Amino acid sequence: MSIEVDMMKKVPVSEQDPKVRATNFDEVCLGYTEEEAMAEATRCLQCKNPKCVEGCPVSINIPGFIEKIKEGDHKAAYEIIGEASSLPAVCGRVCPQETQCEGVCIRGIKGEAVSIGKLERFAADWAGKQGIKPVKKADSKGQKVAVVGAGPSGLTCAGDLAKMGYEVTIFEALHKAGGVLVYGIPEFRLPKDEVVAKEIENVRSLGVEIKTDYIIGRSETIDELIDREGFSAVYIASGAGLPMFMHIPGEQALGVYSANEYLTRANLMKAYREDYDTPINTGKKTVIVGGGNVAMDAARTALRLGSDVTVVYRRSEKELPARAEEVHHAKEEGIKFALLTNPVEILEDEEGFVKGIKVIKMELGEPDESGRRRPVEVKGSEFEIECDTVIMSLGTTPNPLISSTTKGLDTNKRKCIITDEDTGATSREGVYAGGDCATGAATVILAMGAGRKAAKSIDLYLSGK
Amino acid sequence: MFKILEAEVLADKTYRMVVEAPNVAHSCEPGQFLIVRCEEESERIALTICDYDREKNTVTIVFQTIGESSYKIAEKKAGDFFEDVVGPLGNPAEYVTEPIEEVRKRHYLLVGGGLGTAPVYPQAKWLKEHGVDVDVIIGTKNKDTLIMEREMIEAVGEDHVFVTTDDGSYKRHGMVTAVIEDLVKNEGRKYDKCVSIGPMIMMKFCVKLTKELGIPTIVSMNPIMVDGTGMCGACRLIVGDEVKFACVDGPEFDGFLVDFDQAMKRMKLYKTEEGRRLLEYQEGNTHKGNCGNK
Repeated sequence: MSIEVDMMKKVPVSEQDPKVRATNFDEVCLGYTEEEAMAEATRCLQCKNPKCVEGCPVSINIPGFIEKIKEGDHKAAYEIIGEASSLPAVCGRVCPQETQCEGVCIRGIKGEAVSIGKLERFAADWAGKQGIKPVKKADSKGQKVAVVGAGPSGLTCAGDLAKMGYEVTIFEALHKAGGVLVYGIPEFRLPKDEVVAKEIENVRSLGVEIKTDYIIGRSETIDELIDREGFSAVYIASGAGLPMFMHIPGEQALGVYSANEYLTRANLMKAYREDYDTPINTGKKTVIVGGGNVAMDAARTALRLGSDVTVVYRRSEKELPARAEEVHHAKEEGIKFALLTNPVEILEDEEGFVKGIKVIKMELGEPDESGRRRPVEVKGSEFEIECDTVIMSLGTTPNPLISSTTKGLDTNKRKCIITDEDTGATSREGVYAGGDCATGAATVILAMGAGRKAAKSIDLYLSGK
Repeated sequence: MFKILEAEVLADKTYRMVVEAPNVAHSCEPGQFLIVRCEEESERIALTICDYDREKNTVTIVFQTIGESSYKIAEKKAGDFFEDVVGPLGNPAEYVTEPIEEVRKRHYLLVGGGLGTAPVYPQAKWLKEHGVDVDVIIGTKNKDTLIMEREMIEAVGEDHVFVTTDDGSYKRHGMVTAVIEDLVKNEGRKYDKCVSIGPMIMMKFCVKLTKELGIPTIVSMNPIMVDGTGMCGACRLIVGDEVKFACVDGPEFDGFLVDFDQAMKRMKLYKTEEGRRLLEYQEGNTHKGNCGNK
C-alpha cells in the first residue's frame, strides 16, 4: 500500500472544491478509493468489546466489516453490513456518525475516530458498482404484511420482513419511493439515481412490492388493509408531517417557505433542473431560520440556486443540531451564520413580498428540559437583515391522515403515534409504527432502527399466530 | 400510468376528462380533490373531482388552462396516459360523515362560480340522491363560458338550478350574490347551509352576503400545493386566526372564518414564473425550424 497512515488521523477523503460545488448539485464528498479505504481500515483496533456496535442504532458488526475491507474482501464486508442494514449506501452518507459509532470509537480517545461512515459507504458503493444484490434466504411464509410509507423506516422494515419470508407491500403516497431520501435530502448529499434508486431497487429485488400514488388514510384505511385486503400486520412509517411556523407577523408574506416545501420543490420535483416544470423562486438573499440538518440542506440548496444565504439560529454554534460535517461544509461554501439570533417579524413590501427580517439578539440562560441552555432575548437588541426569501426550518408535526382515520390508534399530545419502545407495537393489535410518525422528526438511521425492531416484533407476532 | 378514457373541450380553455384511477374512484367523496402529474418532468397539479364511477373505476376531472402544466394536461387525448393520478385528497364534505337524518333537515344552497361549478356538481348529486333539498346557483361570465348546466338540471331538477351571467347573455343577469339576494329576499326561499365554490373573490363576497343573511357557509379553498398530502405547507391559510393547511385540514372551511385577502395575496406568488414558462412553452411549440436557436 502506498498510502502512509497516521494512526491518530483519519485518511482524508476527497471532496469537490467548495467554490466549484457551490454552483452545482453534484455530490460534495467523493468517497474513499479502494486504496484509501483499505488504508483507513488498518486503523481499526478490532476491539473485543466494540463500543461502536453499541453506538449504532441498527447494531452493524462494524469491526467485522472493517476487517474484511482491510483484507480486500469487499463483498464479504458488504454482506456483513447487509445483515443489519438495508440501506448502507444511504447510511454511510447521512448518519450522524460523530454522535453514534464514531463518537464512541476507542481510536477517538487520543486521536481521530476510525472513519466508519466513509468505510460503510465504500463497501456499499463498491457492491453497487459490481451489481451485487442482497440475498433472500427464507422460504415464503405466505403471510402478507403492509408497510405504510416508503421512507427509510418503511424500506428497512419491508426489507427485513421480506428476507424472513413475508409477502410485503409498501404503500407510498408520493409518486416516488424513498420518502425523505428523495424529497428532503438534496442530491449533493445523497445522489438520487446512483444511490437512492439503487438501494430501493435492492429492496424490490427481495420481493417487496411498492405501490406509489397510494394514500393510506384516504384511498384505504388501516382497517381496510386488514379486513378487506387480508394483511396480517401493518407497519406505519408515514414520516414527519406538516411544517411548523413561528407565528410571528409576516409569516404569510410572499417568499416565506417551509423548508419542506423548498426542498420538495428542489429535490422531489427537481425544480433546480431546466427540464422539469416545477417552479422555485430563489431570491438574491435568503435567510434560513433553524439549525438542524434540514436547515443546512435548505441553506446549501438556496446557495446552489444562486442566492446569498444566512442561517439564523437562536442558540450558539455548540448547540447547532445539524451534523458537524454539514455545518463545516456549509461554512466552506460561504454560508453565513447569525447565531444567538431569533426572528421577531418578517417585513413585507407594499406588494406583500418579503423585504427583510427583523431579528433580536439572544443570550444563553439556564439549561431547559432538553438539557441545552435556554436562549433569552437581549432587550432592545433588534436589528434587520435584508432578504427576499425566508425559509422556515423549525421541525414538523406528524401527519394526521392515518391517526385521524384509524379507530383505537392512540397518539400523544404532540400527535405522534404511541408505540412500545422495544417492539414498535401500537395500541392496536397487529399494527406497529416507527420513525418520525412515532418519535417526531429525527434521523434516517433512527427511523431505520425502528423499522428493524418492528420487523422482528411483527415476525414474533405472526409466528405465534 | 393512468389511462384517459374521454377528453373533450367544454368551453373556452375549459376541459373535461374521464380517467381510469381505481384508487381514487373507489373511495372519493364530494368535497375531495386529486393531483395529476402529466409527465415525469411535470408539476403536481391539484384538480377538482367533478364526478366518479365506482363500478368503472373512473373519475371525471374538469379544469382550465392557466399555466404551462395545465396546458400540457389539456393536450392529452383519449387513449393517452397520465404519469400519476393520486387521491382522493382533502376531507369529504362535512355532510358525508354527519348523520343523514340531521342533514335531511336542512335546505342547502350550492353556489358554483365559473370552474367552481364542476366541484359543486358531485355535491349537488350526492345531496339529491340522499334525499336532501338543494338549490344550485351557477354563475359564469357569459353564455359561452357556461359549463355543466344540463348535468346539474339532470341531477337536481330544472326548478332548482339558477344560472346567471355577468353580462346577461343567458338567463339571469348579474353576480351570484344578486341571485342569492333574489332567492332569499324576493322569492322567500330559506336556506340552512350554503356551500360556495369558485374564484376567491366570488367566495369572499358570497360569504359577506350570507353572513348578513345568517346562512352558515362552507367554502372550498384551492391554494398553491406541492405534495397535497400534508407535507410541504405551501397551502397554508389563515382560518379563524389559526394557520390551517388546505390539503389535510380542508379544502372546505367555514367561510366566515377564512382570511380571503391573505389567501388571494398568496396566489400571486407564482404568477410571473408560471406565465413566463407558459410563453416559453407555447412559443417553443411554434418554433420548429432546426435553426439551432432554442
